[in-house]
Amino acid sequence: MNLEAIGESLPSFVEGLQVTAILLAAALALGLAAALPLAFARTSTRAWLSKPVWLFTYVIRGTPMLVQLFLLYYGLAQFEAVRESVAWPWLSSAWFCAIAAFAINTCAYTTEILAGALEATPAGEIEAARALGMGRATVMRRILLPSALRRAIPAYSNEAIMMLQGTSLASIVTLLDLTGAAREMNSRTYLPFEAFLTAAAFYLALTFALVSLFHLAERRWLAHLAPRR
Amino acid sequence: MLHGYAASLLEGTGLTLAVAAASLAIACVLGLATAAARLSGSRLARALGAAYTTVVRGVPDLVLMLLVFYGGQMAVNALAAQLGYEGFLDIDPFVAGIATIGFIFGAYLAETFRGAILAIPAGQREAGLAFGMGRLQVLLRITLPQMVRLALPGFTNNWLVLVKSTALVSIIGLNDMMQRAGQAAGATREPFTFYLAAAAIYLAITTVSLLALRALEKRYSLGVRLAR
Repeated sequence: MNLEAIGESLPSFVEGLQVTAILLAAALALGLAAALPLAFARTSTRAWLSKPVWLFTYVIRGTPMLVQLFLLYYGLAQFEAVRESVAWPWLSSAWFCAIAAFAINTCAYTTEILAGALEATPAGEIEAARALGMGRATVMRRILLPSALRRAIPAYSNEAIMMLQGTSLASIVTLLDLTGAAREMNSRTYLPFEAFLTAAAFYLALTFALVSLFHLAERRWLAHLAPRR
Repeated sequence: MLHGYAASLLEGTGLTLAVAAASLAIACVLGLATAAARLSGSRLARALGAAYTTVVRGVPDLVLMLLVFYGGQMAVNALAAQLGYEGFLDIDPFVAGIATIGFIFGAYLAETFRGAILAIPAGQREAGLAFGMGRLQVLLRITLPQMVRLALPGFTNNWLVLVKSTALVSIIGLNDMMQRAGQAAGATREPFTFYLAAAAIYLAITTVSLLALRALEKRYSLGVRLAR
């Protein structure tokens, strides 16, 4: 192990860590925001509302995120209308495409997680709320959402960790995230073990940080399910 | 529509499937061994198994793949030099790819298998032992057949993620479907068309897998009472 070389590259790893964190936070925030209404649509009894959402999550979950990223980053340039549109400076940037691809991907998985949590709501809770005279929107806001969001936390923590690993794909479209920093160090110093093991250590630390964050969330919001102490 | 690249894409699909199948074989062996280690009486084996599953699941596939590809290259050549070999050995991306994917999904499958084994009532194993079966006999006759049914849902998930992970082998230079789509995209300047075709092929693979594994699940659940 060449610790000196790792020390010299440490600043670029720290910058990579920031890029990874930004990608992850942006993708998760956008994905979750879009997944909320989609989950309600997915659980709707109206077919014209639930079927398209089902198709969306099925296609996204059935294809690799790398393909989705390439479709956005390389694929869009095929269309002249896109190249000449005002949005092209964004659509051609690696940052925009990476965040968009990651957000769409996590949105599909999160939609399914939330839809599952919504469907697991005991029917009696909804009936009780209706019996008390609550309208549809009130039931949604007071009964469905709070309990479904709680129930979704364990599954969502897995999704967030998978997304963290997924952000490593950003290095393929030229972004210098943690993996990008490692690839850059490897090609500069030809020390593959030092480069990729350092990146792996950073990812492992991030994973543990996420896991403990979600443990805190579960302690806070799922306290009623914890074993009695 | 595909400008004559359809045959090339299909050939690449064959390679993608070969990578997936070979990785799955490695992952199953590693997964079973690790599940056994994590359930064994030896504290060392349990700790090693836990470390393997935790570390692998906390590091991105791409990082591990690059580590095995570039690091393995260096390690193999250092070893060859020690043994007095003077040339340069190239690591085959196919071998690096299936080794990495097998290694990664061994960790995921280990958790699936472990959960399935734990879900088999202990009384069944005890009954087998009480009948005078050896430990291996109990494993082959009691534990494994029931484990298959209980592990199938998790296994289905692991397999679907594995298939999608194989897209990464194009990064280390394997001429799989993804890379062929990229070549065709470059030659025809129609990247959207070809990556869309790649997406459709992956979707077809996952759909067929899903249907087949669901049928298998039904087959293995014969005789199990469902509360419905």
